[in-house]
Order: sequence, then structure tokens, then C-alpha cells
Amino acid sequence: MHELSVTENVLEIALKHAESSKAIKVLRVNLVIGQLSSIIDDSVQFYWDSITEGTLCENSALTFRRLPAIFQCLNCGSQFTLSEELTTCPQCKGNKTQMMSGDEFYVDSIEIEKEE
Amino acid sequence: MSAIRVPVVEKILSANDRMAAQNRQKLDQENLLAINLMASPGAGKTSFILETIKRVQPFYSVGVIEGDTAPVTIDADKVSATGMPAVQINTGGDCHLEASMVSDGIDQLPLSKMDLLIIENVGNLICPAAWDLGTHLNILVASIPEGDDKPYKYPNIYRGLQVLIINKTDLLPYINFNMDYFRKGVEMLNPGLVTFPVSCRTGEGFESWIEWLTQSIAAKKKS
Repeated sequence: MHELSVTENVLEIALKHAESSKAIKVLRVNLVIGQLSSIIDDSVQFYWDSITEGTLCENSALTFRRLPAIFQCLNCGSQFTLSEELTTCPQCKGNKTQMMSGDEFYVDSIEIEKEE
Repeated sequence: MSAIRVPVVEKILSANDRMAAQNRQKLDQENLLAINLMASPGAGKTSFILETIKRVQPFYSVGVIEGDTAPVTIDADKVSATGMPAVQINTGGDCHLEASMVSDGIDQLPLSKMDLLIIENVGNLICPAAWDLGTHLNILVASIPEGDDKPYKYPNIYRGLQVLIINKTDLLPYINFNMDYFRKGVEMLNPGLVTFPVSCRTGEGFESWIEWLTQSIAAKKKS
């Protein structure tokens, strides 16, 4: 799995924005992860605690906002949320679908402390 | 002291995406078509590359980047034996190639003398899907013995494809593989995906693939 390199990328982005905002400490990093983006939260958290040592992000919290995978049927136009397995359209059983969301993979925001 | 929320909204893999864009620019300057070839281990990536080289070689020059997790040169040696340039990249245990590794690889290849670059990704259906390498085509080699449920289990890799190869069709009589079920899953994820069923062992199906590929190379050379 590639959680370490993902976590290193998150840290790089968080530090870049923390420094440009003149933060003295990062309290929290908020991630948005779509259901179809394959990473394991616990594993990222484990690497996070380790690689943030000695940086502005040390002891910061990492939050994961998971977004569901939503598909639109190209036949009848109805939208449906993917549960576990890939399915045809629940309305018309059509198998031509388009993914509307679910592959998000970004740093949404950071929460920082600044000198008064 | 005050806590402040700073909006970021930056893709986690944006550094890789930037490097991929640089790779693509370099390849475009040479009007070179580049393929990111992905598959599970044992699907026949290397056999597919060798058979493709054999058939394209009379008309076009091919270079290959071989990605492997272990420091072995088995695949690169096979490609070198065809007389085409090959570069081996060892990911040091990582599960996928990244754009920066590919950048090192393309710097070692004679791009100006090549018409086609094939990058053999690490055998894996999960991780390679997330990293853009800067190629023009994402191609997956699926194979009959893997089973017909793979699109349902690994939806991400199927979504990002431009071409699907279904290899080992010569084994269809011996394996319980429901082609309709497999294709239905693919259709849900990637409607109208260009698909070529082939057998690297018998050569069946390669004519259509090679015709499509040579047209794509020619179109790229004119661009």
C-alpha cells in the first residue's frame, strides 16, 4: 500500500500552507476522501504521528471526511449511491453509468495558531 | 493566541500531477505516444509488450520502462533482447510507479529516436490507478484466469482506462469466466471502453490491437 507516500504529500501541503499563513502551530488538518479512493485511515494516522515529529504539524489532529460514491444512470438519469458492490441502476437496471463523486482526494483546510 | 481555519483545497497528489504534466510535455515535444501499462501480477504484461514490439518493430521504434518492486532485471532483459531500449526502475518495495520515477526513466531513453514508449507499471490493481505518470494512454491487461469479477472488486483502475486488453483468451474453454458479466462491470465503470481480447500465446486478436495502436502512433506523430 502507498499510505506513507500519501501521508508525506499531505504533510508537504499542510506545511506549505501553514508557513505561508505564518502559523506557529498546526492544530488540525482536514482531509476529504471519496469512497473509491483507496487509503486506510488508521495507517495514514500512524504515519502522520511519526513523520510530523519536529514539524509545525507535530501533535496535530488529522480528520477524514469521507464522501460517498454517487453514480448517475445514463439511461434514466436517476442518481444512486454505491453501497458495497458495483450495481446496475436500481431504477431501470441500466448499466451505463457516470460517476458524479467518490474519487475525491484532497486537503480541504488546516487549522492553525498564529501569534496575536 | 487564536485558532484560524485556513482553506487549502489542494489535491493530495498534486506534486505528482505537476511532475506528470512535465513528463507529458517532454513526450509531446517528441510527438511520442506513451502508454502506462497496468495489470495484476501474472496477467501477461511483459508477454504483451514483447508481442506488441515484435509486430510494431518493422514500422516503429519502441522504448520501454520496466517498473518492478524488486531489484531484478528479468523483464528489462527480455525487452533488451528484442534490440529495443529498456530502462529498469526499481521502486524499492513501493506498490506503484510515480511520475518522478518515470521522469528519471525517460531521461535515460533516446526519446528523439522513439515513436512509442511503453511503461510497465508494478503488478497491482489498486495503487497504480491513483498516480498519473504523464502518459497518453492508460491500458490495463486483464486476463481470463484472474476471474470475471475484477471490475467489481477494483473499480478505480477500470475507470481511468483508455484501452482494455483481455489476455489469455485461449484459456476460455478451460476456465469458468463469464465474459458477459465481466463486460457488464466494465461498461458500468467506463462506458464504450476500447477493448481488445487477445492471446499472447496464440497471437489471436493482436491484429486489431496493432492496427489500433499503429493508427494512434501515426496520429501522435502528426500532432
